[in-house]
Amino acid sequence: MNVKIILFGQLSDIAGGDSLVLEAVTDTNELQQRLLQQYPALAASKYIIAVDKQLVQENTRLHENNSIALLPPFSGG
Amino acid sequence: MEEKKSYERYHRQMILKGFGEAGQQKLAGAKVLVIGAGGLGCPALLYLAAAGVGVLGVMDDDVVALHNLHRQPVYQMEDIGKPKAQRVTVFLQQLNPDILVIPYTERLTSAIALEIINGFDIIIDGTDNFSSRYLINDACVLLNKPLVSGAVSQYEGQLSIFNAPRKGEEAVNYRDLFPEPPAAGEVLSCAEAGVLGVLPGIIGTMQAAETIKLIAGIGQPLVNRLYIFNALNNQGYEMIIQKRKGSGSLIPSSAETFRQTDYEWLCDHGANPFDISVERFDECLKSGKARVIDVREYGEEPAAPEFDHEHIPLSQLRTNFKMNGADMVLFFCQSGIRSTQAARWMTDTYGNGKMVYSLQGGILNYKKQHE
Repeated sequence: MNVKIILFGQLSDIAGGDSLVLEAVTDTNELQQRLLQQYPALAASKYIIAVDKQLVQENTRLHENNSIALLPPFSGG
Repeated sequence: MEEKKSYERYHRQMILKGFGEAGQQKLAGAKVLVIGAGGLGCPALLYLAAAGVGVLGVMDDDVVALHNLHRQPVYQMEDIGKPKAQRVTVFLQQLNPDILVIPYTERLTSAIALEIINGFDIIIDGTDNFSSRYLINDACVLLNKPLVSGAVSQYEGQLSIFNAPRKGEEAVNYRDLFPEPPAAGEVLSCAEAGVLGVLPGIIGTMQAAETIKLIAGIGQPLVNRLYIFNALNNQGYEMIIQKRKGSGSLIPSSAETFRQTDYEWLCDHGANPFDISVERFDECLKSGKARVIDVREYGEEPAAPEFDHEHIPLSQLRTNFKMNGADMVLFFCQSGIRSTQAARWMTDTYGNGKMVYSLQGGILNYKKQHE
């Protein structure tokens, strides 16, 4: 199934845009692996994952039209 | 006469439905500590002072520099080289002599944090580094103080309220969002990545708004929520933060442990005496003399089938760890921070009789090196 991913902070620099769509992805682990293959620089980035605006803590099954967000921590003030 | 003047000063917000005289009195009785008098702290301070918050603490050990002025316009050219906390205090007292502003020019460390934070009702984090952010978070958890947290990078800002009550939900904190500080280089600071000057102005002003809402008891403050604002496209994104399994074990268990925690060291483990590289780790495994322990919480991914190991989560190490005959102990976790804490705990507890190591960069680094 297709999921839409929104990227924040420097993750959008790595992916070259602030959103992207992944096809046929079943869970958040697979999503991370696929993104890592596509954008190896993500390996050096810290981020958390939200599915439909809820923070996820472990591998989470994805459904059609889920909206995913990848958020890095910011330290600046 | 005094009452009449204060009525005139706050008239426009006192006539607000839902705020009124009662809201104004709550502000007058509140004590708010703003940590960091920079891009976020200054706008927050300006509006809290203007709104009539009774006592404002300002903590910052920095002096004004020319490169601050593009996002900290409360300071003037003549302030360059002078302590920020003192300069902003003068400014705020001139703006509103009816409130009390207390400057703290010392550096925030775990040795003094609890004492200072304990004197206030609400804490605002406007600092510019991770060690201060984790230190402030842990102190607020220990003292049960609401924390209004803001952070910026480039064109985006983040905003949250931690440790505050919300009906039907358990209070969350920064460690539920980001359990451990990033390793060196994982996240760039504003000094490295840049920041649009007006952005901390927006986020810092929102921190003031959230603080006023908390004090006056109006609206829906961002308790247990993370709000992200993008100044380039004006998009806002709000998500719900839930309590993370095992996050409580990352926070020092007592005031005494907190005071002894070196947050700068934890957040900058470049000179970590326990660190060993993946290569060295593999050599130790091959020697067959090493006892290997995963200190992550149960259920954390990815698993480590590559080598034999025990599993004792950091939260249970103190109670469940039993010494055996092994001469060498190798701790690992996700990214190398908790395993460092484990290694340090073991050395502190059992002395230097054994070789104790922490896998640098954690299992993630291990897998990466073996790809």
